[in-house]
Amino acid sequence: MRLALFITCVNDLVYPATGEAVVRLLRRLGHAVEFPGAQTCCGQLHANSGYRDEALPLVRHYAEVFAPYDAVVTPSGSCAAMVREWYPRLVPEAADVAARTYELSELLTDVLGVTDTGASYPHRVAYHPTCHGMRVLGLGERPLRLLRAVRGIDLVPLPGAEECCGFGGTFALKNAGVSAAMLADKCRAAESTGADVLAAADNSCLAHIGGGLSRAGSGLRTVHYAEILAAGEGS
Amino acid sequence: MTHGTGNLSGADFPRAALPLLADDRLRRNLRHATGTIRAKRAAVVGEVDDWEELREAGRAIKAHTMRHLPELLERFEEAAAAAGATVHWARDATEACAIIGDLIAATGESEVVKVKSMATQEIGLNEALEARGITAVETDLAELIVQLAGDTPSHILVPAIHKNRGEIRDLFRAAMPGAQDVSDEPADLAAAARRHLREKFLSAKVAVSGANFAVAETGTLVVVESEGNGRMCLTLPETLISLVGVEKIVPSFADLEVFLRLLPRSSTGERMNPYTSMWTGVADGPSAVHIVLLDNGRSAVLADEVGRQALHCIRCSACLNVCPVYERTGGHAYGSVYPGPIGAILSPQLTGVAANRSLPFASTLCGACYEVCPVKIDIPRVLVHLRQEAPKSPVERAAMRAMSWVMRDPRRYARALRAAALPLRRRRTLRRAPWPLSAWTAARDLPLPAAKSFRERWKEGV
Repeated sequence: MRLALFITCVNDLVYPATGEAVVRLLRRLGHAVEFPGAQTCCGQLHANSGYRDEALPLVRHYAEVFAPYDAVVTPSGSCAAMVREWYPRLVPEAADVAARTYELSELLTDVLGVTDTGASYPHRVAYHPTCHGMRVLGLGERPLRLLRAVRGIDLVPLPGAEECCGFGGTFALKNAGVSAAMLADKCRAAESTGADVLAAADNSCLAHIGGGLSRAGSGLRTVHYAEILAAGEGS
Repeated sequence: MTHGTGNLSGADFPRAALPLLADDRLRRNLRHATGTIRAKRAAVVGEVDDWEELREAGRAIKAHTMRHLPELLERFEEAAAAAGATVHWARDATEACAIIGDLIAATGESEVVKVKSMATQEIGLNEALEARGITAVETDLAELIVQLAGDTPSHILVPAIHKNRGEIRDLFRAAMPGAQDVSDEPADLAAAARRHLREKFLSAKVAVSGANFAVAETGTLVVVESEGNGRMCLTLPETLISLVGVEKIVPSFADLEVFLRLLPRSSTGERMNPYTSMWTGVADGPSAVHIVLLDNGRSAVLADEVGRQALHCIRCSACLNVCPVYERTGGHAYGSVYPGPIGAILSPQLTGVAANRSLPFASTLCGACYEVCPVKIDIPRVLVHLRQEAPKSPVERAAMRAMSWVMRDPRRYARALRAAALPLRRRRTLRRAPWPLSAWTAARDLPLPAAKSFRERWKEGV
């Protein structure tokens, strides 16, 4: 199976450590992963903000770059949802590659049949199920099952977990007041768990929540769950 | 096709939201009320094994109806007329107000009782009647509260959701005859309203209602309610005038089976609503029955293949109760009688997007609304569709175009990543950024690009 990593623009620019964790994790599980250097951005920002014409070249570009691969894995529920849900509507020829694009926990669980990634992470962790992963992809329990198998982890429930953190792409700028109110509630809920780490499947949502926590002077750190699944021996 | 008029637009959403966000009491009232109803809904929906099949049936019936709406409306008119009702057609809010005003004026009455109706709020009927010297008395408890306060509804089902019982007690003491000593106990408040309204029911000669459903096959109208005030209004007066949006049609009487199961569970979180009234023309109630079929922009919505699903809405308000944006602003920020997620897709379509340009953006696209919608309206999809049509600022458009131009070419993209990383290697976050990111840093720190992008690290060997 030829497996490609779609890193996403946010991870490429701001969170390269998440991409490295995905590569390390897959190699540890015995799978080679390629990084097609011509990849750019999935086009979600444009498509969701009402710029379909500007999104279309990015959709076509993605379809072209990833066409040769049997599966594409991405450490973002939101970008995976963009590809799977919207690509077939925007560019019908992109439907094939869209169907072969997986969020990390889907690839691990459904394609590779992995539950225990061999990780060890002795921290108290709360998990925030981000909206597009939860509602568009229907990730369900997959990320939690993977996290529960991590050695030493103390996984604690997050109150109001299903509620959006208020990021929403340009929503955070266009409706900054409402976004900040949602963020404040999410930060309060995360802090109430007593966790050291708040994990999620999307670094963009974590950037939002983490930005709120750091502004509030909180000691709670945000970590992409791929980095937890890759932690421990061999890392 | 003409756009809708009436109470369908207001100030820009972000601006209208600001004072509401700062109102702590409003936030507490909303969180408590939406949280309670959300839990009730989840519990009673969880009891139904075939809930997903029911939702799909509801969606399919509505989609079929929209494809055949002109024929179904004619069939409805024919059946209702055959049963003794008089059917009127209103192009927009002004026409509907004029028709209803004329019908009431012809009876010589100066006071009418009203059943809670979103359509009459949409067209601004009460204000239009007042201008003609006719008093419209709201008989639904929450609508009565809103009316006594000189306020506007902030929720489709619970129009006074923004008020708590202490506020309602103070209002009743000040504005309701004979309620000077009422307490803030819900039973006491309801008893005061009942005493006040009973007089109105017994003396009213004319009632105005909306309808939840209009059955094409039989010409039957259906009103679903909880308090029994609707039943009083629909049976006691001599003249009954019902304002019905054209999208309320269902093809056959048997279709009601699906919606009468979907609606109460989604709406009030009850297995069954206490009162379901159905009438077909003139029967044993009022001797004069009028039905006003309202377009007010609906034909324009129908013409849009993606957007028309907004017309499937059965006004349950489940989407309002789960919406994290609605929970923080309340309904008044939306500027339309239709607030929340459904309002954000319905109002801009009824008025034309240009007249409601901020509403399609009043959502994070979190999808909680779509998940609970009893007729599976894909609200996030329609929001994105409407964002496409919404007018944009030239600066935003230029920035989006530039970004797309960079991102469609791997070399340009890689250069941009390097340029972004270079000057900022020492710091990890920004506390204050220039416009437009200043909106972000007003409440959150902004993470900065890493010293090296992933693609550079990959080249060096991960």
